[in-house]
Amino acid sequence: MEIEQRIALTILLMALVTYIPRALPLLVLAKFSLPKAVIAWLRYVPVAVLSALLFPALLMPDGKLELSLSNEFLVASLPTLLVAWRTKSLFWTVILGILFVAVLRYWWV
Amino acid sequence: MHLQSLSNTDPKAAVLRGIKDATPIVLGYLPIGFAFGVLASQVGLSLIEATAMSIFVFAGSAQLIAVGMIGAGAGMLAIVLTTFIVNLRHLLMSAALVPYLKGVSKKKLAWFGYEITDETFALHSTKFRKAVPPLMESFALNGTAHLGWVTGSFLGALAGQLITDVQTFGLDFALPAMFIALVLMQMQNKTFLVVGLFAGGAAVIMHLVGFGHWSTIGATVIAATSGVMLERWKSSKE
Repeated sequence: MEIEQRIALTILLMALVTYIPRALPLLVLAKFSLPKAVIAWLRYVPVAVLSALLFPALLMPDGKLELSLSNEFLVASLPTLLVAWRTKSLFWTVILGILFVAVLRYWWV
Repeated sequence: MHLQSLSNTDPKAAVLRGIKDATPIVLGYLPIGFAFGVLASQVGLSLIEATAMSIFVFAGSAQLIAVGMIGAGAGMLAIVLTTFIVNLRHLLMSAALVPYLKGVSKKKLAWFGYEITDETFALHSTKFRKAVPPLMESFALNGTAHLGWVTGSFLGALAGQLITDVQTFGLDFALPAMFIALVLMQMQNKTFLVVGLFAGGAAVIMHLVGFGHWSTIGATVIAATSGVMLERWKSSKE
């Protein structure tokens, strides 16, 4: 049970860069407001960053492009997408997604 | 204090309402937090380190990504900057809540901001549109969600010391699965779909070309900027 210095510093800096965008608008925007162009840009950041993380995770799970049926992440993403679309629930999407991959690993490859 | 606290003045009832409203979030956070804890311990984070990250950072996707990057041997700067860009989306959420929290003290706002996540924001913004509840209710909601996240992480980190092969359970798919749900919820119109596909494609190409952990930031900036340009071009055509 120990805390490595490097990890502690990483956690601290992660906390800082996470906290600033969360708190800053609440603390300063009562007086100022963001420029329109910035707001327009920020609207697209969530979908962009999530997709930029998701696609490589599905298409190249081991670091190289794997467009085949033996890529269980890619195969599982289809029923997972269906669950997300039908249930609109983070809980069920994650639980069933994990289950799909577990099942594929036992019976697919 | 202001108008909102004149109605629903019973603080105990307000706290209970907040806790109750947070239940669906907690149900989502427990398995994802658990997956985070397991994966964190797989890459060598101790029980304290994994739990501390969930207490201080409180950002599911960023934490899972950070753990993956630590496992892949990424440098601290890349991890911190990726965390920043991944969590930059909260800037907009925080800004969107400003009109509902006028007159609240700076100290309380500073605390409130600490616990803005995709999920708490979604719930607050839905509730605030109908009526702004007493502040205690919102704080109770945030605190319950945060506690759920920390609890899930703690249990996961504990279990991670027992589970030797995460892959067998499919737990490493927790993050992609979560992103599938979150990306889908972002699709407000066709432009968002185009931006998403563009960002995803750009990120894959940048990984292949060798940008490594910087691909996420690069693809995000390019795609979000193209989204704004596409939006302007569309409105100029009308």
